[in-house]
Amino acid sequence: MSNYDKYEAVIGLEVHAQLLTQSKLFCGDSAAFGAAPNTHISEITLAYPGTLPKLNKEAATLAIRLGLACNCRIERKNYFARKNYFYPDLPKGYQVSQHTTPICVGGHVGIQTATGERNIILNRIHIEEDAGKSIHDADENYTCVDYNRAGVPLVEIVTEPDMHNADEAYAYITELRKLVRYLDVCDGNMEEGSLRCDANVSIRLKGEKNLGIKVEVKNLNSIRNVKKAIEYEIKRMIDIVESGGTIIQQTRSFDAATDTTFAMRDKEEANDYRYFADPDLPPFIITEAEINSIRNAMPALPNALKEKYKTQYGLTEYDASVITDDKETITYYEAIIKECNHYKAAANWLLGPVKSYCNDKGITAAAFPLSAKALASLIQLVEDGQCSFSVASSRLLQAMLETGKTDALAVATTLNLLQNSDGDAIAAWVDEVINNMPDKVAEYRKGKKGLIGLFMGEVKKISKGKADPKMTTQLLTEKLNEKN
Amino acid sequence: MFSFHSIQQYHKELINSTTTCVAAVDFFLARIETSKHLNAYTEVYAAAAKERALALDAAFTNTGQLSGPLHGVVIALKDVICYKDHTVTAASKILKGFTATYNATAVERLLKAGAIIIGNCNCDEFAMGSSNENSCYGKTLNALDNDRVPGGSSGGSAVAVQAGLCMASLGSDTGGSVRQPADFCGIIGFKPTYGRISRYGLIAYGSSFDQIGIFGTQIKDIALILEVIAGQDDYDATVATEPVPAYSTLTASNKPLKIGFFEEALNHPGLDPVIHKGITAYFTDLKAMGHTVEPVNFGLLDYIVPAYYVLTTAEASSNLSRYDGVKYGYRDNTPGVELTDFYKNTRSAGFGREVKKRILLGTFVLSAGYFDAYFTQAQKVRNLLFEKTKLIFKDFDILILPTVPSTAFKFGEKTDDPIAMYLADIYTVYANLTGIPAISLPLFRHDNGMPYGLQAMANHFSELSLLQLSQQLLKQ
Repeated sequence: MSNYDKYEAVIGLEVHAQLLTQSKLFCGDSAAFGAAPNTHISEITLAYPGTLPKLNKEAATLAIRLGLACNCRIERKNYFARKNYFYPDLPKGYQVSQHTTPICVGGHVGIQTATGERNIILNRIHIEEDAGKSIHDADENYTCVDYNRAGVPLVEIVTEPDMHNADEAYAYITELRKLVRYLDVCDGNMEEGSLRCDANVSIRLKGEKNLGIKVEVKNLNSIRNVKKAIEYEIKRMIDIVESGGTIIQQTRSFDAATDTTFAMRDKEEANDYRYFADPDLPPFIITEAEINSIRNAMPALPNALKEKYKTQYGLTEYDASVITDDKETITYYEAIIKECNHYKAAANWLLGPVKSYCNDKGITAAAFPLSAKALASLIQLVEDGQCSFSVASSRLLQAMLETGKTDALAVATTLNLLQNSDGDAIAAWVDEVINNMPDKVAEYRKGKKGLIGLFMGEVKKISKGKADPKMTTQLLTEKLNEKN
Repeated sequence: MFSFHSIQQYHKELINSTTTCVAAVDFFLARIETSKHLNAYTEVYAAAAKERALALDAAFTNTGQLSGPLHGVVIALKDVICYKDHTVTAASKILKGFTATYNATAVERLLKAGAIIIGNCNCDEFAMGSSNENSCYGKTLNALDNDRVPGGSSGGSAVAVQAGLCMASLGSDTGGSVRQPADFCGIIGFKPTYGRISRYGLIAYGSSFDQIGIFGTQIKDIALILEVIAGQDDYDATVATEPVPAYSTLTASNKPLKIGFFEEALNHPGLDPVIHKGITAYFTDLKAMGHTVEPVNFGLLDYIVPAYYVLTTAEASSNLSRYDGVKYGYRDNTPGVELTDFYKNTRSAGFGREVKKRILLGTFVLSAGYFDAYFTQAQKVRNLLFEKTKLIFKDFDILILPTVPSTAFKFGEKTDDPIAMYLADIYTVYANLTGIPAISLPLFRHDNGMPYGLQAMANHFSELSLLQLSQQLLKQ
């Protein structure tokens, strides 16, 4: 057993996700990202004397939506507390947060890693407001502050210390990002900071029940960095212990250039945030009816859909998981199968020709130019045996994309791409093939039955794909056997 | 020659064209000029007020109609209420020169109703104080005796009405800051139910206590102003949604009421015996009017001042964090200082002594390790008071008490004894802890020549019965 194998890592993640509301958590200022600095700043955002907060209920709705998707218990009576501290990007001198009473309690997020499926247990999801952005390198002598972000609603999603390696953390954050995007709760953009992750990491000997000294790693602005930082941190901590050192409680930052972490500050500074219920915000009550209406407005979740696709539609694990990987593909797939019930064929089309077209053009499924209805008509044509898949996926699809025509049958007819199921015509092609290949026919008749594929291919070639394959097989078999 | 008696009278004269808004403004501006020594105003908007008066007169000439229920009514604001494009500083160095960029909801409604804002009134810094001695603009003098304090924190607003420097004024009442100076100055001071008037644009001291209050000389004037500025507001999550009755048309009533008083409050050793005598003697008058007057077993008197100071300072310590020199207001410009020192320098120099004291107190009671012993305990007291109040108003329509245990004291008399200063709030903070409406009525005069008031309180949102009784008592 190597030294590293003696240890078990314990990881908890705190994820801040900016909610996709139009306006800020407590005022009407735009919550949009990317505007010129200090343009979304009313008196309320800037904490001018006399201003007061008013809750944007949409933020609560989005938090509840996420909470329901994660199987959390939804708190009915909610409070906001003030977290008091001084910093230039914090206009009021306190952050309004649900730190003491989260809107969503418990719950879990299902993940899949090489070792199988499991649920990562959540501690809570709570609502809070974001701070502004301090920019330290814009001016030589001053720190500049952009208050556009101040007051933008966030949810903080906190797991229990429930993950044990970087792969689990990677899978968790991947799944969580997929979920917030799917639910339209957050755009999930880690580079722009609308999804931010801090990792709490500790190690202990396997079998040990107590948690070790933890280190908090910040500045993880991609899923890859979450994984790299945790991998590095676990190794660093084990190396310290193995060399007889002691781990100290620290806040560390990740350096993506070197895939290492470095200490920001030793120990948690003894901050006393003096939390107390915000007297400007009365408790807000969430009713059963509100929760139900949020639940009813929610789309089926990717995991539930994946299960349904596998068990009810007979899709493979792989197909089901690729389709449910993003919302746009799900939406498109659902739209196709509303038009025709060839579930497997629809999946093949989506993951085959449609996907490769989208990849070529660098677009998402939502931007695929053919409507679900048009694609469904194409699938139906193939499933009815009126057109072969290869002809349909190459020539017919191409033609529809080029002309913008949506009726597959009409296009196929115009281009003479319909399969021939006329027995005489096929019989003629079959005869032609048999006559052209006497040697092969003889071999077949001696027992090399695998040659049927070759004959099929020849018929397909000379018929330009129009010969119905079933009928061709039947006629070929009959004729080859009859002259025996 | 202009003279002001009541808004109703003034409006009659305007309609009869025996006076004009310009005449009113000129009259008050002249009086303000000759009363400068009182230091009631921190700023007078002479030109703007005259301009608005001219416009209102012209509008009346053109339409033959008053433009709103407060057409031409000359009103002063406490220096904690935002009036767009005008200075607002909470009488603090930390906001000196700060200009409001928006109107408080109450101001917005006053202006819409046709009022003329004539100026900004002096007060204790951030509304913290009972004497108007804690102001960066210096003290305001009681017009009846210039050696005495006008009360606080809304001292300037009280004196502006007392000395006839406006028709009515707005103050703010967190623990008696409207009623106490009204008592000291011999005028009416009214604090409505918490949440009756939007706090948007009122500089916060204790958010769950603060309420805009009204100073005047006539109940009907106060009722009318309340009617205009009260009610729902999208910018304040704590404002009440209860409908606003037409207070001004409903003040006449001689309905017999069940009046209660806290016996232990009247027997409190801190109460001036003359005031004790005056108030108890008045019970006979009340009974003669058909009311019943009975003692209420209260039992919580000793807890209310401590609970009040724990909770308000806690809220204040957080509310005043925004004054950090970063975004607006005074800032320390020492070059090259670290962030923490920048904050320390700015706030040490920007805030006055009393404000700093309360920020420190509030920070202390919210600190880990002390939170439960102070803040949580005080909240428990507040909850008990709520429950007790509910029970009291099951049996009584009105509660009466003195407003203050003494008459206006002399400058400097209590500055060295902050505990005595705080204890003097004993009769007023109850209404703020429980949120009920309360009014101070100038009914009495002390042997020392100074006025003192009777405080009346009613159940939440029972402003109407409070105003009706007040009207009846002041008419006697």
